[in-house]
Amino acid sequence: MTESRIERAFNLLRGSGQKGFIPFITAGDPNLESTLELLLMLAEEGATVIELGIPFSDPMADGVVIQRASDRALRNFFHLEDVFRIVSNFRRRAETPLIFFSYLNPIFQYGFERFCKEAKLSGADGILITDLIPEESDDFISVARKSGLDVIFLAAPTSSDERLKMIAKRSSGFIYAVSRTGVTGMSKNLSQEVKDLVLRIKKLSSLPVAVGFGVSNREQIEDIWQFADAAVVGSAIVKRIEDIGSDSRLVEGVRDFVRGLLRNKR
Amino acid sequence: MNFEPNEKGYWGEFGGRFVPETLVSALEELTQAYFSFRDDAGFRGEYEALLREFSGRPTPLFYARRLSEELGGAKIYLKREDLNHTGAHKINNCIGQILLAQRMGKRRIIAETGAGQHGVATATVCALFGMECVVYMGSEDMRRQELNVFRMRLLGAEVRAVNTGSRTLKDAINEALRDWVTNVRTTHYLLGSVLGPHPYPLMVRDFQSVIGREAKRQILEKEARLPDYLIACVGGGSNAMGLFYEFLKDEKVKMIGVEAGGKGNQLGEHASRFMNGGRIGILQGTKSYVLQDERGQIATTHSVSAGLDYASIGPEHAFLHDVKRVEYVSVTDSEALHAFSFLSKVEGIIPALESAHAVAYAMKIAPKLTRDQIIVVNLSGRGDKDIATYREFSGI
Repeated sequence: MTESRIERAFNLLRGSGQKGFIPFITAGDPNLESTLELLLMLAEEGATVIELGIPFSDPMADGVVIQRASDRALRNFFHLEDVFRIVSNFRRRAETPLIFFSYLNPIFQYGFERFCKEAKLSGADGILITDLIPEESDDFISVARKSGLDVIFLAAPTSSDERLKMIAKRSSGFIYAVSRTGVTGMSKNLSQEVKDLVLRIKKLSSLPVAVGFGVSNREQIEDIWQFADAAVVGSAIVKRIEDIGSDSRLVEGVRDFVRGLLRNKR
Repeated sequence: MNFEPNEKGYWGEFGGRFVPETLVSALEELTQAYFSFRDDAGFRGEYEALLREFSGRPTPLFYARRLSEELGGAKIYLKREDLNHTGAHKINNCIGQILLAQRMGKRRIIAETGAGQHGVATATVCALFGMECVVYMGSEDMRRQELNVFRMRLLGAEVRAVNTGSRTLKDAINEALRDWVTNVRTTHYLLGSVLGPHPYPLMVRDFQSVIGREAKRQILEKEARLPDYLIACVGGGSNAMGLFYEFLKDEKVKMIGVEAGGKGNQLGEHASRFMNGGRIGILQGTKSYVLQDERGQIATTHSVSAGLDYASIGPEHAFLHDVKRVEYVSVTDSEALHAFSFLSKVEGIIPALESAHAVAYAMKIAPKLTRDQIIVVNLSGRGDKDIATYREFSGI
């Protein structure tokens, strides 16, 4: 089997002894045109993988910052086809792997087959569905695999080793370790339990492990790089997008913030 | 026909467990606790004693003579769940779940509430057991159900206003789920309806099924036969499942679930999941019929009754709908308001606006039936909480 874009990205990192950075933004926040520009900027700044959130009316696993981003995006009333068009545009100009981050219902309504086919065609590389656990994923995984999309699952501090085994078995691309019990959002301190979680996963799987939820500054990222392969930053970036809003300075403002996060060498 | 879910909590294609990974261990713990205690003599004894001595069960099955005569058709019986302690059927489930929480060693309880009846019942059992209680409630519902907000606070609960979305039940559930994800190790989520991830739809139905067991015994005592119709309102659907479950295999008993028809047929104007706009989907942990737009975004809903104002319906109802065991109909806001005042005047019973939907449908079909036919209506709650809403709409 050929190496997927995500595998290649992590293999390159490993080869050079570096660690990864995975930024998250919500599609359509503040509008779809800015989303394309933001994606290209994040690729230029050296993102290992980019997570693109599909907005949902009832984001039960998200904190207030991403809830508000979803609300703003949904007010721009667009369809998944519009998101795929943005991703195709992005893919013509950048090689950085891109995964969708979504709740199940919008994808279920679109149709699993149609979604996976069009996502792959647009140049997306994988998908993480927040409210889809391995036990419920048989139908989706078989369709996604056939299309050549990686499926990424969440692992939580509350997951037993038995569950981690199941998560590892079903995941491809990488495993997303949730840093704490809680919803997405910024936090001052990284929980101690996340290191233990990553080590437990590493014993069971050779897949790269990314750590997210509550990661919002450079110190936390460097901390994560000590024991995991990549750090995911979502709410902190989305908050910056919210603060600047629909403004000509948006892309450069977010770029400055991202550079600040990555100031030290990886 | 088999009416039990499979081991993953599916009735046919409906149900399941669609949650963030963080919650799975807690759901597994709850499932295990529930299955180990549900047939345990000590647990059952304590549950039944509290139903009897704290909530005042069994509730009467009351022959509504004047209502039946006014309508000139079938004999109508009311299952008086409104006479439970706290004024609705919700306490049946709360007593069961608080006993489980206690056995699991959880000291903090969270709940969502729409009309406030489940919040009040949760606050009540938390007071009884000395547990910390946080209730999430949409700010629109807090406005509509002000009295219940005061009751919860009087009972020692913290009521947290939810200002997202349509500020009603669905948004309160989102916020309760966010709290649970955060505090999952110490907290039990005392979910109030036959909704959410497995095992809630099954467990809540079981704790409510005392309604149907009593009703069956009572109607056999009074009439020496089973009723022709059971009628109950359906928001999430716990009072309806509670009444229906015991009769599912009695094929001659017809069952009708009454959804909120609101003020119109357009998406956003009602809460009838089996009507215009309702399609199979996934919301808040379970697969069922969901009111949504073509993109899979959840629709806003409307009902004069906060307890029926929800975009999805319990997965067991979705199954019973598809296999045609239960018929689902809808009743408009104005029909429910009319039934609210009519029952008050002819029987001296003020029903909850939720229950008034079931009464309204009974009023539609009773005149078409003969005098030897029997309807049992689940009077799921009392209407004191709804007086302000009624005044707002009717101008009395």
